[in-house]
Amino acid sequence: MIKLLKTLKVYKLQIVFIILLVFLQSLADLYLPRLMANIIDNGVVKGDINYIIDIGKLMLLVTVGGVICSVFASYFSAKVSSGFGRNTRNKVFTHVENFSLQEFDKIGTASLITRTTNDITQVQNVINMILRMMISAPLMAIGGIIMAVNQDKELSLVLVFVLPILAALIFFVSRKGIPYFNAMQVKLDKLNQVVREQLTGIRVIRSFNRDDYEINRFNTANLDLTDTALKVNRIMAFLMPGMMLIMNIAIVAIVWFGSIRIDNMSMQVGDLMAFIQYAMQIMMSLVMVSFMFVIVPRGAVSAARINEVLEIKPIIKDNELNKESTNDNGVVEFKNVTFSYPGAEKPALNNISFVAKPGETTAIIGGTGSGKTTLINLIPRFYDVSSGNVFVDGIDIREQKQDTLRQKIAYVPQKALLFSGSITENIKYGKETATDEEIQQAAKIAQAYEFISEFDGNFSSKLSQGATNISGGQKQRLSIARAIVRHAKIYLFDDSFSALDYKTDGNLRSALKLELANSTVIIVAQRVSTVMNADQIIVLDNGVIVGSGTHKELMDTCEVYREIVSSQLLKEELA
Amino acid sequence: MNDKNKSNRPVGGHGFGPGRGMGMPVERAKNFKGTFNRLLTYLKPLKVKLLLVFLCAVLGTIFSIVSPKILGKAITKLFEGMMLKFQGVSGAQVDFNYIADILIILIGIYLISSVFMYIQQYIMAGVAQNIVYALREQINKKLTRLPLKYYDTRTNGETLSRVTNDIDNISNTLQQGITQLLTSVITIVGVIIMMLTISPLLTLICLVTLPLSFIVTILVAKRSQRYFKDQQKTLGGLNGHVEEMFTGHQIVRAYGREKLSINKFKKINEDLFNSGWKAQFISGVIMPLIFFINNLSYVLICVVGGVLVTKRTIEIGDIQAFIQYARQFGQPISQIASITNIIQSTIASAERVFEVLDEDEIVNNESLQMVEHTKGHVVFEEVEFSYKENETLIKNMNLDVAPGQTVAIVGPTGAGKTTLVNLLMRFYELNGGKITIDGIDISKISHEDLRNIFGMVLQDTWLFSGTIRENIAYGRIGATEAEILNASKAAFADQFIRTLPDGYDTVINEEASNISYGQKQLLTIARAILSNPAILILDEATSSVDTRTEIYIQQAMDVLMEGRTSFVIAHRLSTIRDADLILVMREGKVIEQGTHDELMKQGKFYSDLYNSQFAQNAVAI
Repeated sequence: MIKLLKTLKVYKLQIVFIILLVFLQSLADLYLPRLMANIIDNGVVKGDINYIIDIGKLMLLVTVGGVICSVFASYFSAKVSSGFGRNTRNKVFTHVENFSLQEFDKIGTASLITRTTNDITQVQNVINMILRMMISAPLMAIGGIIMAVNQDKELSLVLVFVLPILAALIFFVSRKGIPYFNAMQVKLDKLNQVVREQLTGIRVIRSFNRDDYEINRFNTANLDLTDTALKVNRIMAFLMPGMMLIMNIAIVAIVWFGSIRIDNMSMQVGDLMAFIQYAMQIMMSLVMVSFMFVIVPRGAVSAARINEVLEIKPIIKDNELNKESTNDNGVVEFKNVTFSYPGAEKPALNNISFVAKPGETTAIIGGTGSGKTTLINLIPRFYDVSSGNVFVDGIDIREQKQDTLRQKIAYVPQKALLFSGSITENIKYGKETATDEEIQQAAKIAQAYEFISEFDGNFSSKLSQGATNISGGQKQRLSIARAIVRHAKIYLFDDSFSALDYKTDGNLRSALKLELANSTVIIVAQRVSTVMNADQIIVLDNGVIVGSGTHKELMDTCEVYREIVSSQLLKEELA
Repeated sequence: MNDKNKSNRPVGGHGFGPGRGMGMPVERAKNFKGTFNRLLTYLKPLKVKLLLVFLCAVLGTIFSIVSPKILGKAITKLFEGMMLKFQGVSGAQVDFNYIADILIILIGIYLISSVFMYIQQYIMAGVAQNIVYALREQINKKLTRLPLKYYDTRTNGETLSRVTNDIDNISNTLQQGITQLLTSVITIVGVIIMMLTISPLLTLICLVTLPLSFIVTILVAKRSQRYFKDQQKTLGGLNGHVEEMFTGHQIVRAYGREKLSINKFKKINEDLFNSGWKAQFISGVIMPLIFFINNLSYVLICVVGGVLVTKRTIEIGDIQAFIQYARQFGQPISQIASITNIIQSTIASAERVFEVLDEDEIVNNESLQMVEHTKGHVVFEEVEFSYKENETLIKNMNLDVAPGQTVAIVGPTGAGKTTLVNLLMRFYELNGGKITIDGIDISKISHEDLRNIFGMVLQDTWLFSGTIRENIAYGRIGATEAEILNASKAAFADQFIRTLPDGYDTVINEEASNISYGQKQLLTIARAILSNPAILILDEATSSVDTRTEIYIQQAMDVLMEGRTSFVIAHRLSTIRDADLILVMREGKVIEQGTHDELMKQGKFYSDLYNSQFAQNAVAI
């Protein structure tokens, strides 16, 4: 939390202002009872109406001054806390944009999103509260104590007794209540989990006739939650009446001891009334401060989560060497590449070597977890190899500028990721300067032209976030069009045809064959039929190359390949 | 992620600290009165308790309202004694007996007031939790009776949010809102009455400030609403951008668009700052303003009261009492101002909950005919079906599947292959014709009996958080350990389960990320084997399973299918070719049916499909 608060440095001046303003406002609030005491002790007792009115005017002035201060304090604190939110958001977002996939994996995309959005908002709210309450509460408490002692030293002893009792009450109730609060959160999560499971598994539950079982499961969780919630609320029910009682009894004590002092002529009635008000103010401040103990930890959790993101240093950075290759044909070479995900026991890829040449198609096949996607991800340097080298056009990619490297690559991911915006904008993502003609051409090759022209808005039709308004197959074709428009040297297809029906798949591949005739094409696939005609097929099993060659060669030499083929095709169809 | 946004609607501001959530725009109910009355029906059975709560609230508040006046009497007595002393009256002294009596009475009153407040909150906790418990139970039961149509047309997040967030919102309001509203109103009314008994003039001064507080609160809140709306909107845009950029991170990187994305973010962020601080500032001003108005009346009380005391119209203690009353005023006013918002959003929540409770339920009926030892003879007779009205999907479909036969359903992705599953399991009702099993119309069998006939293995492998044993045992109530083991062995799952550190007691976590996708499939097959159904519905895995597990899955499925009528959503050529009947689906319709050879001879869609997928001359890029 404190670490994050350092970002507030730029607002030093404003914060000083806020403290000053809050201080002035507290002074005004504290001065009022004093003036009231004057009215009573000097005005009422002596029957001096003019004096009363004069002091009244002064009180009015003090009140107006106080409200002006607090409005300005509110203005500055709104600006500071919102400014903090803005700056932190910018910082986190910019930082995350430079992450490689490795850092993304570490925290998880969903968590990164909440950290950049909700967590920052949470901290921002807490800061706003701190600026408005945490500064004023202690000031009021301390100021109140000073004024009270100033008003009557002996009587202040009452506070010495009462304040610890009040603090103890708050402490004990929250100590008893907070564990239940936490337990309640856990139980609420559990209940949510049960419902979520029921919703996702609705077909299975119904097909197995387990409605009653699920209702029981829910009721157990529900009862558990309700019990805890009841306990929490009953414990908390004690807090307010308890605090009120202590405060009121404190007032009674003040009046009693005050009476004795007044009888001794050591104090006046107005002083006593002022004192009562100070005591109230001090106690209210104490309650406010105790709320801060609830609020600040909440912010601290969020702050810690944000800091965790900021502390991650992107591993992949541009090297000073910045070597540029003399040729840019798009030759990709893996040389003894081994790669392990952080914390993994086994490497995901082990000693991989191969060369993919321009004008040729290199296909990679293997089961899940065999490392196909990992291999593809190494080429645009989403991850850095653990050992060995990946060369593009003869130069280790770690010695190239990331921009230069990625400029050569057109990548089509497994899951078609599109952005909200028009179709044109989405295809243009591959090449900023693409002309309309180029875009249409790319769409035609990707077999997307036809369905795009059926849309009302044609190429300017808007995609929703996550492109939920078009089908999976359409998404894949747009994501392919985006790659085609790039006219890159190297094309990476990560199982990118899975949502296409067979006919479209065939047409698309014939069109690509022509378009990408001079490029290096690396394609990951599940279907044997997709890879059969590749110039080079690499068979991965558990991160190791167990065979490479053409379909025919592999059928003769590679056991794993034959297994894959036989599980997908019938015997008589094997060549 | 969409679901998350939906649940982000502002939920009543019960946070700590003054003025939170004030001035925020709230969702409004469509039918406020109806929903409100309906919510009241939940309170009815708890009438007695509520009456007690009400009584406690009234008494507690009244006692706390009376006390300032009594305290004022002590002060007055004190002042009188002092004045006498001041004037040098001999033997004059403060009447300690009187003051002590009053203070003792006060302690009693404070004690009683606190006890009543405690009792009231204590009982209310029970009432609120009771209602919420009942609501949750009711909505969950309802969920089990809703047709699948309901789920297919909504996101899970939306439904989930109604069961959790909305009910939570109601719970909070019941716990705090109702009593707060009650005590606020009583306090205001009570304080006004008390003040009137002391001094009508001072009361008038106080009351002038009362409407002022209301007006200020409402005016400022209205003004801030605009900025809150702006803020909410830009925040939505910002969150959307973050979500998109982060989920599409590899694309952003691969195409080198980090700068573009950062610039766009900064722009939205700046807009957010601009609307955000204004909303924050204006709503933050409400409290100081109310405070200011309070102080104004404080000053007026001091001055006017002071003058009145010198004129002997009122007593000094009355000023003390008035100061306390004026302070007691402030809180209920701001509470009432914010509580209207809270109630609005609560009623909106209740309305959403009731919407679910009012959905049409599935038609279920007792089995008219007994089904025992089902052979598995499935017949579709002139079946007609559509998801939406006037858009017939299946028309005049006839099908006769003999016991033990295998039906393969093929077609491109999104061709609606699950429609047939939906009809067989009676997840959806037919629009015409009938489906019979061993000659019995399935609409004449209860859902329970019908579903006992079927076993299902879907690609979407649903497992719940629990042990592996529990997950397999899910297939049949009361399965013995031996039966579970046998099923597991038959499904080729036993082997991998034993390699897990805790074997059958391994707990599958919520995302089931601790076992592989293929292993999950084996578990769901074991579950289906255990349930020993007469008719099977299978969904073959398309991909993402490693070769060896795939072979296991295939073998396990073969075990499962043996001797049972099976409907297979098929992807594997061997399954398709060996099937007794192939149904070719496209755009939700069954366009062709027959055996492999028949369909090839027809030379239509199926043969195209077959050739393009498996023909030798397929172009590989």
